[in-house]
Amino acid sequence: MKRIVSFGILASTVLAFASPVLAQTIFVSTQLRPIEEATVVREELLQDVGDVDYVVEEPPQFAVRMEAERQAGKHTVSLVGALHGELSPLADKNALEPLDDLAKKLAAGGMPQAVLDLGKLGKPNQQYIPWMQATYVMAARKEALQYLPAGTDVNALSYDQLIEWGKKLQEATGQPQIGFPAGPKGLMARYFQGYFYPSFTGGVVRTFQGAEAAAGWEKLKALWAFVTPNSTNYDFMQEPLAAGEVMVAWDHIARLKNAISASPDDYVVFPAPSGPKGRGYMPVVAGLAIPKGSPDKAGATKVIEHLTTPDVQLLTASRVGFFPTLNVKLPEDLDPGVALLAGAVTATQTSKDALISLLPVGLGDKGGEFNKVYMDAFQRIILRNEPVGDVLKAQAATLTKLMADTKAPCWAPDAKSDGPCPVQ
Amino acid sequence: MSSTKPAGFISSRRWLLWSGIAALCAWVLVPIYLVALGALGGRQGVYQWPKTGLPIGISIDPFVLFLKTEGVVQSFLNSLAAAGITVALSILLGAPAGYALARYNFLGKDSYRLLVLLTRAFPLAILALPLTVSFIRLGLYDTVVGVGLIHTVLALPFAALVTQGIFLGVPKELEEAAWVFGCTRIQAFFKVVAPLALPGIVATAVFAFVISWNEVFAASVLTVRNRTLTAYLLTVLSESPMHYRFAGGLMLILPSVVFIFAVRRYLFAIWGISSK
Amino acid sequence: MTNDRRWIPYLLILPSVAFLALLFIVPLVQTIWLAVSDNGALSLANADRMVNDINFTRSLRNTFLLTLMVVPVQIAIALVMGSMVAKVGRGRETILWIWTIPLGISDLAAGLVWLSILQNTGYLNSVLFGFGIIERQTGWLSYQTPVALFFAIAVAEIWRGTAIVMVIIVAGLNQVPKEFREAAEIFGAGPWTRFWRITLPLIRPALQSALILRTVLAFEVFAVVYALGGRNFPVLVGEAYNWQNQNQNYSVAAAYAVLIMVISLAATLVYLKAIKVDPERLP
Repeated sequence: MKRIVSFGILASTVLAFASPVLAQTIFVSTQLRPIEEATVVREELLQDVGDVDYVVEEPPQFAVRMEAERQAGKHTVSLVGALHGELSPLADKNALEPLDDLAKKLAAGGMPQAVLDLGKLGKPNQQYIPWMQATYVMAARKEALQYLPAGTDVNALSYDQLIEWGKKLQEATGQPQIGFPAGPKGLMARYFQGYFYPSFTGGVVRTFQGAEAAAGWEKLKALWAFVTPNSTNYDFMQEPLAAGEVMVAWDHIARLKNAISASPDDYVVFPAPSGPKGRGYMPVVAGLAIPKGSPDKAGATKVIEHLTTPDVQLLTASRVGFFPTLNVKLPEDLDPGVALLAGAVTATQTSKDALISLLPVGLGDKGGEFNKVYMDAFQRIILRNEPVGDVLKAQAATLTKLMADTKAPCWAPDAKSDGPCPVQ
Repeated sequence: MSSTKPAGFISSRRWLLWSGIAALCAWVLVPIYLVALGALGGRQGVYQWPKTGLPIGISIDPFVLFLKTEGVVQSFLNSLAAAGITVALSILLGAPAGYALARYNFLGKDSYRLLVLLTRAFPLAILALPLTVSFIRLGLYDTVVGVGLIHTVLALPFAALVTQGIFLGVPKELEEAAWVFGCTRIQAFFKVVAPLALPGIVATAVFAFVISWNEVFAASVLTVRNRTLTAYLLTVLSESPMHYRFAGGLMLILPSVVFIFAVRRYLFAIWGISSK
Repeated sequence: MTNDRRWIPYLLILPSVAFLALLFIVPLVQTIWLAVSDNGALSLANADRMVNDINFTRSLRNTFLLTLMVVPVQIAIALVMGSMVAKVGRGRETILWIWTIPLGISDLAAGLVWLSILQNTGYLNSVLFGFGIIERQTGWLSYQTPVALFFAIAVAEIWRGTAIVMVIIVAGLNQVPKEFREAAEIFGAGPWTRFWRITLPLIRPALQSALILRTVLAFEVFAVVYALGGRNFPVLVGEAYNWQNQNQNYSVAAAYAVLIMVISLAATLVYLKAIKVDPERLP
C-alpha cells in the first residue's frame, strides 16, 4: 500500500511540475470557442505576439470566473474577449481598465467612431475595444429554391412567404425542412430579441405582451408547423444543414460558416424575414478588455493592437467568419463561403425596411434570466401550445420584475425610457 | 443442474444460457464499437446515410488530429495528476477511517456513516461555487491540486466504506495473535493486516482513480488553464463537430476499459466483503 | 482489550472528518443558507421561484419516472447476469470483465455513445431504414417524441448504470453458501422457488446497498440527459445546472440542490426501513 501511495504522490508531483509555469499573457475568450476556431486563433491569429495562452470559456463560466477573481482580488486573466453584453456587467462593477489611449490610436487608424463608442458602454471612459462583429442570417440549400413561392425575392422575404415556402418544402419532401438553433447552447433567445419581436412589434421589452406581439406569436405557430421538431436539439445550424437534415436555417454567421465554406456552391445566404414593423436584425459586437488587476497589462495591450491591425482583421474574417470592426474592405478573393455570408449581411443592412435591434444592455448578471423570459414564452406557446394571452401576461410579470430589479433603461428599437424599461 | 433430465434439454438450456450471455456482452460492447467508428470516421462518416456499421472508410487520422488539438494532451496529463492526488489522499485519509469502522465500536460511528452518506446524496457540482471563492483565496484555484482535493471529497467516503469491508475480511484473530507475539499495534498492522488487505486497497485506489477521471463539473468550474480532460472536453465538445465529440467520447472510455481490466479480479472481492 | 484505548478510533477518523468538514460541510452549509435566504434574511423566495418555474413539475416528474423505470430494470438485469454467470466455469472472468466495463464510463461519455446511435443519421435509424421499417430519418430525441426520448435516456442510463448493481449483486451471490441451494434442491424446490425463497433473502444486504447507491445516483442523472435530449427532458439536476450556469441565479440553483439532497436522503431511509438487514451486515 505504501508503495502505491508514494507512487501516486510522486506521479502527481512530477506531473504538476511538468506543466510549465511561464510568464504568459492569459487571454480568456467567450468567442471563437469551438475547437477548430480556437485552433485558428492560437496558430494563426495570435502568431508572433509573444507568449499568449488562449483559453476559451462559456459565457456563464466566464462570468463566474471574473466575479470570483474580482472578489478574491487575485487575478490570473490578463485579457478578455467577450460580447458587448458580457462585458457590460464587468464595466458596471468597475472591473475594467480604461482604454482611452488605445481607442484614440484606433480612431486614427480607421475604426469608425460609432463602433468605438459602443465600447464605452455608456461610461465616460473606453471600457473595451471593439474586436469583431457579426450578425444573424438565413441560409438555404440551393435545391430548396425551386420551392420558393412564385414571385418571391429571397433577399426580401416576409414571414408569410417563409411560411408558404416551408409548406411547399414539406409537401415536396414529406418532412419539415426549416430549422432553428433552439437547443440548449443555441442562440434562439437572440432570435426573439433581435428578429421576432422587432419585426412584429417594433420593440423588445415595451411591446412584450401587446396585441401585435400576440399576432406575431400566432404567426410563429403557423411557421412552426413547417419547422423540424429536432430544432430543440440544434445548437449550431451548420451541422444539420451539412447533414441534410434541414434545407433552410436561421443562425449566427459564425455558426453557419463551416457548412457554407465547405461547399459554397450548394447554398444561398439571405436576410431574415420581415414582419409588419420591418426587418429586425441584431448586430453583434465582440470586444477586447483588460480586467483591473491584470497581471500582464503590457502583453494584453500588445495583443489588442495586434488583433486590430487590418491584416489580422481580414484574416479573422476569412478564417472564422467574424467581420472586421476596422473600416477595411473585404478582398475579392476572400473565402467564397465568407463572401456569401458577407453578402447577406450587406443585404440585411441595406434592405429598405431594416430595423436595427441592439444587444440587451444594463442587465448585469441577469442576462440569462432575461433570455429565459423569451425562451419560456417560446416553450409554453409553441412547444406546449398554451394560450398566447395567458403566457404573455405571466411572462410579462416576470419581465417587469426583472427590469425593475436591474433598473435597465430601454435600448433600441424600444423608445428611450427614464427609469427601468417598462413592459406595456 | 439435475442429472435426471434428458441430455437434449440440458444442451438447449446451455445454448440459451450462452446466447443470453452473448447478447448481454454485445449490449455492452456494440455501442462502444459504434462510437469508435464515429471517432475514426471523420467528418464524412458522421454525415454518411444510411450507415452500414461496418468499419469502412475509417482511419486513425481523425483521432490523431483530435489528439494533436491544442490542450488535449496537457489536459490528459492534468487528469492523470488530479487522479493521482485523489488516489493518494483518499487512501491516506480513508483507509484509517475504514480500519476504525471495522475494528472499533465507538460513539459517533453512526454519525460518521451519515456524514459519508450525505456526500453521496448531494450533487457536488453545486458546491463548486462557494468553493471557487475560497479556492482563489487559498491559491488552489485553477490548480490540479485543487481539483484533486474536490475529487477526494467524492472518493474518500467510498474509500472509507470499502476499506472497512476489506479490514473486516482480515480475521481479527490474526492481528491479536501478532499482539500476543509482542508486536506493537502499528507493527501488527503493517506486518499482518496490510499485506492481506493490499489487493483490496489496490482495487479501492483504482476506483478512486476512475471517480476522479470521470468527474466533469467541479473540475470545469474550478479550473481555467489547467483543465482536466473531462472539463476540457465539456467546454470544447458541446460546440464542436460530431466526429470530435465521438473522438472525445472514445478517449474517455479507453482508459476506463484498461482500469477495469486491471482490477477485474478484486472487484467482486471488495464488494463481497463490504456487503458483509 | 480495545476498550481501554477509546481515543484510537477517533484519531483514525479525525483526518477524514476534518477533510470533509472543510471541503464538504462548510460549502454545504453555505449552499443551504443560499437556498433559504434572500438578501441576508431567512426567506422562502427561492423555493417559491423554483416551484413556480415552468420546468419544475416536469423535472420532478421526469426524474421520478426515470428512477422508477431505470432502477428496477437495472436490478433485474443484474440478477439475470448474476445467475447466468454462476453457471459458467471457464470464461467467467472475461464475461464479468466485459459486463463491468461501463462501470468506468462517465455519464458524459455514455451520453456521447448513445448520441452516436440515436441521432438522426445514427445507427438505429440506419438499421430501421435497412429493414424498411422507416422511410426516412426519424427523430427520436425531440420534444415531439417525449416517449421515445424517455426510453432513449432510460436505455442509456441502464447501459451505463447496470454494471455497478451487477458487481454488488454478483458479490452478494458469491457469498450465498452452496449448501443452502443444494439443501433446497434435495427438498425438491424448483429454480423459481429457490430464487425467491433462498437466494433473494440471502442477498438482501447486497440488494440494499445496490438499491441505495443506484437510486441516489439516478436522482442525480444529468449528463446523459443533457447529451441526448438537451432541454427537451428537464430533470432536477439539469435545472439546478441551468439556474446556476445559464440564468446565473445561484440561490434557485441551491434550492434545487437542497431538494435533491432531501429526496435522496428520504429514499435512502425508505430502503433502510423497507429492506430490513441485520445491523451487523450494514455496508
